[in-house]
Amino acid sequence: MSGNDYQSPYTPNTDHDRQQMLEAIGVSSVEELFKDIPEGYTTDSLDLPPALSEPELMAYAQELAASNMVPGDYACFLGAGVYRHHIPAVVRQITGRSEFMTAYTPYQPEVSQGTLQTAYEFQTLISQLTGMEVANLGMYDGSTSMAEAALMAARITKFDRISIMDTVSPLYREVLDTYAQAPGLKIDTFTSSQTELEEGTACLIVQQPNFFGYMEDMAALSKLAHDNGALLIVSADPISLAMFKPPGDYDADIVVGEGQPMGVPPTFGGPFVGLFACKQEYIRQMPGRIVGKTVDTKDRTAYVLTLQTREQHIRRERATSNICTAVALIALMSTVYMSSNGKRGMRHVAELCYHKAHYAATLIDELPGYSVKTDETFFQEFVVECPLPPSELNEKLLDYKIIGGLDITAQVPNGMLVCATEVNTREEIERLAGALAEIGTGK
Amino acid sequence: MNPPDLKYSKEHEWVRSESDSVVVMGITEFAQDSLGDVVFVEIPDEGAELIQGEKMGEIESVKAVSDLYSPVSGKVIKRNESLIDNPELVNEGPFEQGWMLKMEIKDASELDNLLSADDYNSFLKSGA
Repeated sequence: MSGNDYQSPYTPNTDHDRQQMLEAIGVSSVEELFKDIPEGYTTDSLDLPPALSEPELMAYAQELAASNMVPGDYACFLGAGVYRHHIPAVVRQITGRSEFMTAYTPYQPEVSQGTLQTAYEFQTLISQLTGMEVANLGMYDGSTSMAEAALMAARITKFDRISIMDTVSPLYREVLDTYAQAPGLKIDTFTSSQTELEEGTACLIVQQPNFFGYMEDMAALSKLAHDNGALLIVSADPISLAMFKPPGDYDADIVVGEGQPMGVPPTFGGPFVGLFACKQEYIRQMPGRIVGKTVDTKDRTAYVLTLQTREQHIRRERATSNICTAVALIALMSTVYMSSNGKRGMRHVAELCYHKAHYAATLIDELPGYSVKTDETFFQEFVVECPLPPSELNEKLLDYKIIGGLDITAQVPNGMLVCATEVNTREEIERLAGALAEIGTGK
Repeated sequence: MNPPDLKYSKEHEWVRSESDSVVVMGITEFAQDSLGDVVFVEIPDEGAELIQGEKMGEIESVKAVSDLYSPVSGKVIKRNESLIDNPELVNEGPFEQGWMLKMEIKDASELDNLLSADDYNSFLKSGA
């Protein structure tokens, strides 16, 4: 392929097309379109390697991909907000259908009944799982759900202080800090030894199980929040809800969470779906899309987007939230996951996670030099205090084909956050304990 | 269609004087007709202090959410509780059963800032 004759199949415009377009708008060259960029900010050439052919490029990308260490080749005990669970084959089969894969926002209900019905089912399932009256069609991810819940609490109570427990994920906390900047909300860190909230606090945010994997005393925290005139926001792991008390039972006002554990692979961090549910009385302050069920003029069941008047395509800058695109396809993965597992299947998954994690904790706690915090109830994650820095441990665990837990030295000295779910086999758990023992004793 | 004994704002609210210091307010026939079916009304609680021309609540129809502005300054002494469960009263009788607030006004001269029925009719005709 010699120089200028080459016409890339991925570039639909020919030189002739470009010339015609430039003439039509009265510009002499493509460069002239960029003349607004000040001098010194442009570059004549980029230091790039020579172009590769398609097969060469594929081979290069595969070579890069092969240097990843991925669960499957490695036993993985990393969680901390994103979890590996078995994904039934039916999830990919259904979500891969083009009717769902290529669907756009169902503004026209008359041609989108299928998409709208799955959205309605997602909302219904999230309501049932959380024990809340209403749920929306999903947010970007668990962290933005939590931050939006704080903004919503501020709108409802007209207070501008947000209280967040120190056991909430530090990454979620960062997202909250970002969201709170523009509206000028003040954020207070709450510790379990405190008995009251600052005056004028809109909400208390609690993660369940908390970042370290342990269960908080939600009944007491709910009472404390409400006694102080604040709403209770719970950020919950959805799989744990199949086994532990749903937030609706302890009078939570808003429930958020990361939907990823239900049918969505970790995929290096996204796209995910944020769960968002609340009490019916707050529905008009709830961000995001809501699909309602009604009947058409012939009394047939019909689904339709509702409360759209509060969204930004109608209400512009005064919309309830600036959330734009929905994560409908990811929400569908969770919908298929929940409906194919059913209530009993979900409970079974949760129990397996609980038992695997407890088996791992018991083995590790017996190792010389290691200590596991087992005095509190935990679900599928727990804190291990290690005899050497977790960063060093994790490096050595790779030799055993093991991806270790998260290094949480910042929160717990030599602390490692270890996660085991139903996909961790007994052999893997025993291999982890064996490896930790060897590394810990310097063998 | 706009009762001659009322005063009107350019934001399409009406005010009826009950005495020198007490007024009732709501939105006009033009406003309810433009909004379409009203599904939700959010109005301030009794005791709230309002300022003429400032946002005091929201009205939501199947088409849009719009802000409500206070046509006069003063204190809310009664609000139409029926609107909470039956917002359609605003469509059925904007000047009657769809009234919103009863207010104790601070300064009766503020009423002079409002339009007469005739002026409001010409304001509507001018394509507001």
